[in-house]
Amino acid sequence: MRPFRSFLSRLKEPLLAGPRDADLLRELTTHFEMLTDDNRRAGMSPEDARRQARIALGGVDSLTENCRDARAVRWLTEFIRDLRHALRALRHKPGFAVVAILTLALGIGATAVMFTVIDGVLLKPLPYPEPDRLVTVNEWTDKASAFGNLWAFTYPNFVDCRRDSHALLIAGSSYKGGTLGATQKAAAEHVDGFAISSELFPVLGISVAAGRAFTPSDDRVGASPVMIISHELWQRRFAGRRDAIGQTITFDGHPWTIAGIAPARFRLSQEADVYVPLGQSTEPVMQSRFVPTVRAIARLRPGYTLEQARKELDLIGHRLASQYPQSNTGRTMVAAPMRVDVSAVQSTLWLLLGAVTLVLLIACVNIASLLLARAVSREREISMRAAIGASRIRLARQCLTESVVLATAGGILGLLLAIASLRPFLLFWPGTLPRAGSIHIDWRVLLFALAASLCSGILFGLAPALRAPIVSLEHSLRGARSVSGASRRLHTVFVVAEIALALVLLISSGMLGRTLVQLASLDPGVDLHNVLVTRAALSPATLANPAGTRTAWKDLLERAARVPGVQAVAMVDTVPMREGNNELPWSTTTALPPPDKQPLAIATSVTPQYLDVMGIRLRAGRFFNEHDRLDGELVAVIDDVFARKAFQTRIPADAVGRQLWFPDIGPNPVRVVGVVGHVRHWGLAGDDQAAVRAQFYYPFSQVPDVLVHRWSDLMSVAVRTRVEPMSLLPALRRAAAGAGSDQVLYEERTMEGLASRDLARQRFLLLLFGIFAGLALLLACIGVYGVLAYLASQRISEVGVRMALGATSGDVLGLVLRQSAGMILGGVIAGLVGAFAAGRLLERFVSGMRAVDAGTVAAMVAVLVAAALLASFLPARRASRIEPMSALRQE
Amino acid sequence: MGEKSDVWQGTLALMVLKTLDTMGPQHGYGIARRIEQVSEDLLAVNQGTLYPVLIKLEQEGSITSEWGTSDNNRRAKFYTLTKAGRKQLQAESKHWRQTTEIIERFFTPEKA
Repeated sequence: MRPFRSFLSRLKEPLLAGPRDADLLRELTTHFEMLTDDNRRAGMSPEDARRQARIALGGVDSLTENCRDARAVRWLTEFIRDLRHALRALRHKPGFAVVAILTLALGIGATAVMFTVIDGVLLKPLPYPEPDRLVTVNEWTDKASAFGNLWAFTYPNFVDCRRDSHALLIAGSSYKGGTLGATQKAAAEHVDGFAISSELFPVLGISVAAGRAFTPSDDRVGASPVMIISHELWQRRFAGRRDAIGQTITFDGHPWTIAGIAPARFRLSQEADVYVPLGQSTEPVMQSRFVPTVRAIARLRPGYTLEQARKELDLIGHRLASQYPQSNTGRTMVAAPMRVDVSAVQSTLWLLLGAVTLVLLIACVNIASLLLARAVSREREISMRAAIGASRIRLARQCLTESVVLATAGGILGLLLAIASLRPFLLFWPGTLPRAGSIHIDWRVLLFALAASLCSGILFGLAPALRAPIVSLEHSLRGARSVSGASRRLHTVFVVAEIALALVLLISSGMLGRTLVQLASLDPGVDLHNVLVTRAALSPATLANPAGTRTAWKDLLERAARVPGVQAVAMVDTVPMREGNNELPWSTTTALPPPDKQPLAIATSVTPQYLDVMGIRLRAGRFFNEHDRLDGELVAVIDDVFARKAFQTRIPADAVGRQLWFPDIGPNPVRVVGVVGHVRHWGLAGDDQAAVRAQFYYPFSQVPDVLVHRWSDLMSVAVRTRVEPMSLLPALRRAAAGAGSDQVLYEERTMEGLASRDLARQRFLLLLFGIFAGLALLLACIGVYGVLAYLASQRISEVGVRMALGATSGDVLGLVLRQSAGMILGGVIAGLVGAFAAGRLLERFVSGMRAVDAGTVAAMVAVLVAAALLASFLPARRASRIEPMSALRQE
Repeated sequence: MGEKSDVWQGTLALMVLKTLDTMGPQHGYGIARRIEQVSEDLLAVNQGTLYPVLIKLEQEGSITSEWGTSDNNRRAKFYTLTKAGRKQLQAESKHWRQTTEIIERFFTPEKA
């Protein structure tokens, strides 16, 4: 058998290329064996029989090569031929190719940018190992309050859960901002920080960039104070030097030793510069099972499921409830898969993706109608090919190859556009985009762009491709120049679709524009001009006792008031239109309704000059003065919304002198001493829709001693100036610094800036929708022009006959315009339906959005119709100037 | 074995179709043998031509193939004529007859 083996191995070598080759090898082997058998039967010796069989089979290499050719070459050559044909056809009409590719590139580029952002912000998993095993853990109460029934952990509950859970490794964090002391090189600055438990880094599955993370021995009262600083702070203050570790830094008035550096771009719910051990805190709140302070996250330990963890937490919760009935009755713990909170930007992103998809669709329709027009003008060529034997599938495939070539070129160009415009787009985004760090072009975006271009290619290639086979051979070979009914209908559908899509975008952007104008002209309730608001951190030394704290604030205000150009200065805890608010339940009687039924009002703690600083109108009574002291009667000033809700009166003076009860302030009644105008605390756009609008003010001087420290952390300084507010900032900083130069101002804003930032999202959406709508309008006009020009050119001989029979050029103009008017009308009707649906979406997702109104709709329809008519006028005029004789001669 | 002519590819395909039509499912070796027999050994079917033709016919959908067992218990690939193949055979044999008839007339000596 040796020679046969060698023959087989010779066969195998070139045949190993694939399963089909192996198949062929088996087949040839059988052939060889059968031939050998026959040879033996014919009387040859076994040796001879094999030899003759081998000779008969001939050269193995050329045989397999031939077989492979027969198999592969067929579709490959056809494909290459199609490709060449497509490229030649496109080169033949470069104008068409350029317009089509550019249109597509714009559409695909814009969609790819939106997809990249959505992918980075909404779709990508969290940037930690095994993100699906991460969970957030909350306390849960069976009775919901106005704020819902999920709560942060109290520290003792957190400690118990962390100790008792087997299924979860639980870590906690709590916001802790503070002042970083001055050094020789750096001034004192306020930084954001977190107190974290030692499990935090292990739970997230990451390690520090340098130094060490916290250990359980750091994480308890009395341990030596150690700190992890952010990568950014490390670069800023220590220029990234290794010897930063072990150095001491003053934070919140205490010295801390730097133990480690957090990884670059590490962030919890927000960016922060310092991390300190949670367990070292001696604040009284750490002992309370009533005050929620700790945000808990956890990782499922190996072998445990989320379901098991939930059951276990529930058991722990019930045990704690029976152990501490006063605080924990009706309270347990729940876990949910961890997600990044992106709700603020989610709707904006999806809206924008919707808008760019519409633009892409218009682009596709446009190219489809251009391709169709070309296909019709190439009818003779196609029929000829069909006549000499091209199959229908081949013809359709060729059409598709052409459009896929176009789409691929458009896709590549679009991707380049997307790469170029991604960064500018992100810079342009109003406010900060969560997870902006994870937005970049990667293989997912490539895949998306590829899929988008192929889909569009097939979408716009389908109409001409499907049409190709049904062309009646005989009819078109005879050279009839009239357009068949079917293709005219298809063209009409394209124009109608384009106009409808463009109208949806136009009306949407019209609505956004109108909304923005209306919102900007709303009365915010405060005089925004020349007001500076800034957070301020007192010297840690002054926070030791309440009296010292009060004096420090008084000093700071007085020094600020003496800065030239300053008109009035006040303290305020929650500034209108900035993040943050304090909502308190209230009642007009001592008998309180149940917790979930209590109405809420926005509580603002201020000093007497606040009214002058903000320019809020006093409607009745008085505002606060220095006689409102802790030992006097508790007073409050309410706004007119509160007056209406609490005392059902529209006359402000009626509310003055009445009493209110606030369970969080204490059992004693609070006397209403004045009524002021409503301030749009939730911003120009959001205030009308906010659930809580009633507002009241209470004097900072009446904040009880135990709370003064905590209130101080939240206080901002508001300054009314006679000059441009930001120009006073250096002088104000110097005035605020205090004796120890350790008091800092941070987060400085002007009220005008806050108000305009509040509308930034609407403005951003308007701008982009405006661009998209303009693009859509342009594309639709090109489409209308192209289709009409084509249809008119196909009717030249008909027009010639009409004119020969006495039609005037006016009649012809009317004929063509009537045709386009019909299409435009159809498009407008379809577009209106779409626009109302889009309007509903916008109303739901954009705060302050006004409903679709007749004026905007009429204006936008007018713009569209005018543009479309203009686009159809050119071909119509050309048709009307036809020389009847020359037109007829063409026949 | 005497002189043998090679087969022109287009004709070989037609012969394969005709063979499968008369004999039913058949493996490659059988087809080659049958063609040689019918031609009374005037034709030698070269394997290097036969198998590419089979693959091509299969791709065009005129024949299908299936692995089976031959008379003497060997694994062999059996080819079967499809409906489309039968149609093609009919069309082509008609065409072939016409062509040969015409050619024939050219070579028949003219009658005076």
